[in-house]
Amino acid sequence: MDDSNQQKVSQISGAEIIMRCLQEENVKFVFGYPGGAVLHIYDALFKQNHFKHILVRHEQAAVHAADAFSRATGEVGVALVTSGPGATNAVTGIATAYMDSIPMVVISGQVPTAAIGMDAFQEVDMVGVTRPCVKHNFLIKDVRDIAITLKKAFYIAASGRPGPVVVDIPKDITAEFAEFDYPKTIEMRSYTPVVKGHSGQIKKAVKILLEAKRPMVYAGGGLVLGDASNELVKLARALGYPVTNTLMGLGGYPATDKQYLGMLGMHGTYEANNAMQDCDVLLAVGARFDDRVIGNPDHFLSVPRTIIHIDVDPSSISKRVKVDVPIVGHVQSVLAEMNEVLAAETIKPDAAALKTWWAKIDVWRAKKSASYDGSSSTIIKPQYVIEKLCEVTKGDAFVTSDVGQHQMWAAQYYKFDKPRRWINSGGLGTMGVGLPYAMGCQLAFPDAQVACVTGEGSIQMNIQELSTCKQFHLPIKVILLNNRYLGMVRQWQEFFYENRYSESYMDSLPDFVKLAESYGLIGMNIDKPGDVEGALQDAFAMKDKFVFMNFMTDQKENVFPMVPNGKGISEMILGSDTNANDAADEMEG
Amino acid sequence: MKHIISLLMENEAGALSRVAGLFSARAYNIESLTVAPTEDATLSRMTIVTSGSDEVIEQIIKQLNKLVDVVKVLDLNDGRYIERELMLVKVKATGALREEMKRISDIFRGRIIDVADGSYTIELTGSGSKLDAFIEALDKTVILETVRTGASGIGRGDRILKV
Repeated sequence: MDDSNQQKVSQISGAEIIMRCLQEENVKFVFGYPGGAVLHIYDALFKQNHFKHILVRHEQAAVHAADAFSRATGEVGVALVTSGPGATNAVTGIATAYMDSIPMVVISGQVPTAAIGMDAFQEVDMVGVTRPCVKHNFLIKDVRDIAITLKKAFYIAASGRPGPVVVDIPKDITAEFAEFDYPKTIEMRSYTPVVKGHSGQIKKAVKILLEAKRPMVYAGGGLVLGDASNELVKLARALGYPVTNTLMGLGGYPATDKQYLGMLGMHGTYEANNAMQDCDVLLAVGARFDDRVIGNPDHFLSVPRTIIHIDVDPSSISKRVKVDVPIVGHVQSVLAEMNEVLAAETIKPDAAALKTWWAKIDVWRAKKSASYDGSSSTIIKPQYVIEKLCEVTKGDAFVTSDVGQHQMWAAQYYKFDKPRRWINSGGLGTMGVGLPYAMGCQLAFPDAQVACVTGEGSIQMNIQELSTCKQFHLPIKVILLNNRYLGMVRQWQEFFYENRYSESYMDSLPDFVKLAESYGLIGMNIDKPGDVEGALQDAFAMKDKFVFMNFMTDQKENVFPMVPNGKGISEMILGSDTNANDAADEMEG
Repeated sequence: MKHIISLLMENEAGALSRVAGLFSARAYNIESLTVAPTEDATLSRMTIVTSGSDEVIEQIIKQLNKLVDVVKVLDLNDGRYIERELMLVKVKATGALREEMKRISDIFRGRIIDVADGSYTIELTGSGSKLDAFIEALDKTVILETVRTGASGIGRGDRILKV
């Protein structure tokens, strides 16, 4: 702009425009870290009081925390980072959100327009770097485009199949002046996500469901993201059919409901995996038949079944498994319409067939595949800690996790009855998310109980955030299941690499209690099974305190059931197998 | 099976890299890709020649539609279409070859667009297979250089891809 230095009265700076946009979007928290390219933005941020900025200690944590804020609330998470290393540090967080379809807007600073392409200090091609792991991204080249671009970014992030959107803004653009005009609505000819499902397909789906002899409902992260839990519960109860949730769908269908078979997949229950394999009609809701869920697709497809698949993203349908009745649409509205069609239907589910089917499921259930030997009075079993955590928090906490064995135990043993309570990295499997995820949840719900279930490997990947927790008085409870191993790596090495524990032992661990105390936080060591429950009660009684709980757990405990890589989901190794290790060797062979 | 996919996308910086990136990230084949603005300067028209099973092609179409900048996608193989590609071939044209090259070019309805002491440059338009056939018809030793644009495609009759 020629007159960029001569500010008209009604004009404001690009940095101020960004603040106004965030205000218009009702943003409550911006997670970020300042740096050269975003100094104008941070100056404008200093002068506003519409949202709170949370200063993290590493940009990766800013993005994870914004991601968790979104997972817990359903709102769009916002992160702000500087150019170059700030931007690349954010990439793991962006990819994590992308894999789990989390709506987020990440604003990154960029070097001044004239310096782009000059290998300038702290320059990186952020649009190029993030292209494969964002829903969309923008590089703004004119101050007059800031408002419309941010409007588009929020719209794209939250609509259709949600996802992260990166907006890269050169420093000079944030210093120039323009009128602020935020559009109320936006239409893009190139982006028109489908919302309503096809009525004909919905009727057909209900008809097929009613004709089922061995029905099964399989619901994933899309159910939670689409806020469709109530609709699914209504449908499942009206039909009386069994339901399983994926790792990402936990809480979408209440875990304590009698129709719930537990989680399915690589570490799913015996009953959920067998019912998934043996069913004749499968209703898939907001799930994507991924490799950790259905195992080997050829094995899964070796038995005939009719599949109905509801998903907002057409590209998720018939990607790994060919489906018979695709329904593209928002899961909430599609399930609501299915409930209406079902209510008007005179045909009822086949009661006799259903009785036989439930009898078969009860035989599988009787295996009690999600159980462990808790007889030791000297060694703490990690599963026991999670069971007690669930009891002490009355199953109503926000539970974030990192990635590994502890994640699976948390998923198996914490009974989630509500959606948006289980916050973990399902798709990308990012170690280090647990603590920043807990920060995002605790800020969203200051009075809620927030537990970060983690391992000594994962927690050290973002341990610096203890400082952020201290600064913002976040009363998180860290539940560290400390087995001195990278447990899941060790488990695979035991099963599939003849006990060669290559680089999976964690040596030279810090004294976690002293570490917590050095930040002014509370630490606890727990090493006897008899102390577990009392310690948890003590910790959660300290409602306004951050407590770091270091549980010394069984070093050799494994996660069961387990479907070895490349096997079908009904080909499980159970913990009760006389020699699970040999069973694993045999299957691998 | 070979498919020709046509698409219209917003004529914005980086649009081409989004399509190219999608093909490499998901390990889809890409035989050729051409792109240029249309009569509406805000839109670019792209023609992609790819191959794969029906399932793979279905995924390619869905994934292309999912790109935020893509306005419309059409698999030309779903109906009748015309495919054209332009090729420039520089061939040796010395002695007896001078006459020979002229004759082969005429048979394929090519045009000689540059004449030098030792070479001709032949311009040839047609389907990819016609251009392949021309190359096949030439002795490899006479070919000095070839350059092809990649295919452009358009539906026949009232099959129109427009916003």
